[in-house]
Amino acid sequence: MDKIIVEHFSLTYSDGTESLFDINLRIPANQITALIGPSGGGKSTFLRILNRLNDLADVKKVTGKVLIDNIDVLDPDLDVIELRRKVGIVFSRPLPLPLSIFQNVAYGLELAGEKNKSVLNDAVERALRLAELWDEVNDRLHDPANSLSGGQQQRLCLARTLALEPEIILLDEPTSALDPLATARIENSLTELKKQYTIVVAPHNTQQAARIADFVAFFLQGKLIEFSSADKIFTKPVDQRTQDYISGKFG
Amino acid sequence: MSAKKLNLSEVIITKGVQISGLSSILFVLLILFFLISEGVPALFDVPISELLSQRWYPIEGYYGIVPLILGSLVVTLGASIIAVPFGVLTAVFIAEIAPKWLAEILKPLVELLAGLPSVVLGFLGILIVSPFLRDVLKLPTGLTAFTGSLLLGGIAIPTIVSISEDALKNVPVSYRHGSLALGITRWQTIWQVTVPAARTGILTAIMLGLGRTIGETMTVMMVTGNAPVIPDSLRSLFLPIRTMTATIASEMGEVASGSVHYHVLFFIGIVLFVFTMTVNIIASKISSREIKRSERILS
Amino acid sequence: MSNIPAEQINIPMKRQLIIEKFGFSVLTILTIATVLPIITVVIYIIYLGAPAISWEFLTAMPVDGMRAGGIWPAIVGTFYLTVGTAIFSVPLGIATAIYLSEYASDNRLTRNIRLAIINLAGIPSVVYGLFGLGLFVIFLKFGTSILSASLTLSIMTLPVIISTTEEALHAVPQSFRVVSVSLGATKWQTIRRIILPQAVSGILTGVVLGLERAAGETAPILFTGASFFLPRLPGSPMDATMALPYHLFVISTQVPGMPIQIQYGTVLVLIVFVLIMNIIATVIRSRARARRQW
Repeated sequence: MDKIIVEHFSLTYSDGTESLFDINLRIPANQITALIGPSGGGKSTFLRILNRLNDLADVKKVTGKVLIDNIDVLDPDLDVIELRRKVGIVFSRPLPLPLSIFQNVAYGLELAGEKNKSVLNDAVERALRLAELWDEVNDRLHDPANSLSGGQQQRLCLARTLALEPEIILLDEPTSALDPLATARIENSLTELKKQYTIVVAPHNTQQAARIADFVAFFLQGKLIEFSSADKIFTKPVDQRTQDYISGKFG
Repeated sequence: MSAKKLNLSEVIITKGVQISGLSSILFVLLILFFLISEGVPALFDVPISELLSQRWYPIEGYYGIVPLILGSLVVTLGASIIAVPFGVLTAVFIAEIAPKWLAEILKPLVELLAGLPSVVLGFLGILIVSPFLRDVLKLPTGLTAFTGSLLLGGIAIPTIVSISEDALKNVPVSYRHGSLALGITRWQTIWQVTVPAARTGILTAIMLGLGRTIGETMTVMMVTGNAPVIPDSLRSLFLPIRTMTATIASEMGEVASGSVHYHVLFFIGIVLFVFTMTVNIIASKISSREIKRSERILS
Repeated sequence: MSNIPAEQINIPMKRQLIIEKFGFSVLTILTIATVLPIITVVIYIIYLGAPAISWEFLTAMPVDGMRAGGIWPAIVGTFYLTVGTAIFSVPLGIATAIYLSEYASDNRLTRNIRLAIINLAGIPSVVYGLFGLGLFVIFLKFGTSILSASLTLSIMTLPVIISTTEEALHAVPQSFRVVSVSLGATKWQTIRRIILPQAVSGILTGVVLGLERAAGETAPILFTGASFFLPRLPGSPMDATMALPYHLFVISTQVPGMPIQIQYGTVLVLIVFVLIMNIIATVIRSRARARRQW
């Protein structure tokens, strides 16, 4: 089943940087899809389109179609708040809000109007367990979130997204600021989480994509060069440029 | 996913915040409107030639505002001669030379001076500065243009120091290191690298300081003696003088609203407004040119 | 440069170091000359004013043509004016800053608003007095009153509050906004829950500094609300009031035979008023810096 369908999608920023040209892509549900390619190729822009975070940026023109569960994400009348609850995102740097650990995880639910204490408590515990952080922080939930280590902070950000029970999780180079051990823990979580969620990730490097991805999309200079299963792209890519990138000739 | 829900409180807050944003424009227009509507009738009551004459003596119907304009200019000029070197050099000392702990003490002290109400400076002028000047310089009175300049300098200095200091602090450390690495002393680095790099910021500081000086009211009213005479020689610096601000402040309380005198005082307000606006617009032009240039460098 | 023998560099270098030492000394002296008078004056005022301060001086009505008694109505008046100014200028100033920082895009309207704020900041205080007289006292018929004076002072204070608040809002990292919105927050939810709490100390500093200025002003209230002598407390916002700065002006220039002690006592009270606000602002600012989470 295709969760996300992108057809003839193009985007231009006002200052002309990092645009996307005529993207066509079908992202399957309950799989990890990795977006690879040199930086500046449009991966971040693509991710931020899926939950309309690009509304905050200076976008000049958008054309084409982006469908999630057959609903047009680009529709100006769409309830973006609801979309963002359904499509969560984790950023490349750990960005805890200046609140306590508990408040960070409960933030999205509270915004949605959830006031019941026990519902909040349960949701926070569930999300922290899913992100494999519960055991480390359950005795200090009301400490400031920035007292955690970098790896813990990033798992907190993952938990914060999971607390909203989204259907899709976007991750934009989620481990780029982490050490190998912390990276491994996040990767483990992701392979666990794909049973319940559709995951789209721009990995830190090609090796990471090889470790976790089921499907891979190769972006180069705003164009989607190749999209297929991870096995295929890493063993016998169709396009020469994909071959060159994966074998490390550029990037 | 449903269509966008209209969140009522969100809409109300957005509108409220937008209207607040517009209020500043409204206030400037209102100020202009009242200055013009109350001040321009002066031109019908008093011929221009009369307004530009040299005698200010409203009780007998003389409305020459030239001595008042010159009075403001002389006091401002005097103040800037004092405030510019002291202000800029103090900023250089705080930003470039003083050890950190000393800078941490000096900055709040200068800010304290900025916070002193101008009426307090006027009071000190009357009780301390002017008797002192009278005795030392053997003047008939200590309430002179020079006394006003001295105290107004004190009002301009904090503005000049704090904005110049910010400008100096904003010069990238790499400039200084680059220069020091070439074996040039800190002293040379300050004058050949740092100060020139902060030039526009310092100019802005000076202009804003001057803007404050021209508009300053209570201090000049209390210490300049308030005699509307034309300053025609260097000696006039040590004689009483009268500024536009002091004239408005001391006479508006006693005129009937709608009288010729009332309209002329508003007209002086217009002149004052034009003067300070010119200075402030020059200051903002200088600083916006700076931004444009740095944007070019960055892009 | 490496080709030049060391001793040849040293001679001009030595001279440069002497010049540097001399220059540093000159600047040190200049700075002392700028700062020393401030300290001296404050100490001098405390020295001469302190003996005048008594419970009676602070809480009694002035008597005998203000040559005796206390300054209670002036203290109360300044308090009323400060509160009145805060009521109008704080909400409006903060809302304007929120608009400029969080809602407005960079277009002609925004640039005009900024230009207007620069203009407001540059208008001389006595011109605000004229404007207040024209609009509030005469046109709106509020008369010479606390209301007219507070409104006049509010508009004068706006630019300070707007610019410091905007600066405080800008200092909150953009990433917090993106994260909050990505979790389904509306713009206002983001502002109220994340940005304002982070910026609150910067905003408070600006508010206090703005009000400090308003409390010390004389020229804008001369014709809008200040009363030369009022042997009672104002009963409503429509009454004129005495105020500390105007009172100081009156007793130092308009009343012959004024005891010097009362004058210095009044200055001391005014300065302490301003000083306390200044210290509050400094403490808020430095505590916020120490607590900052980014």
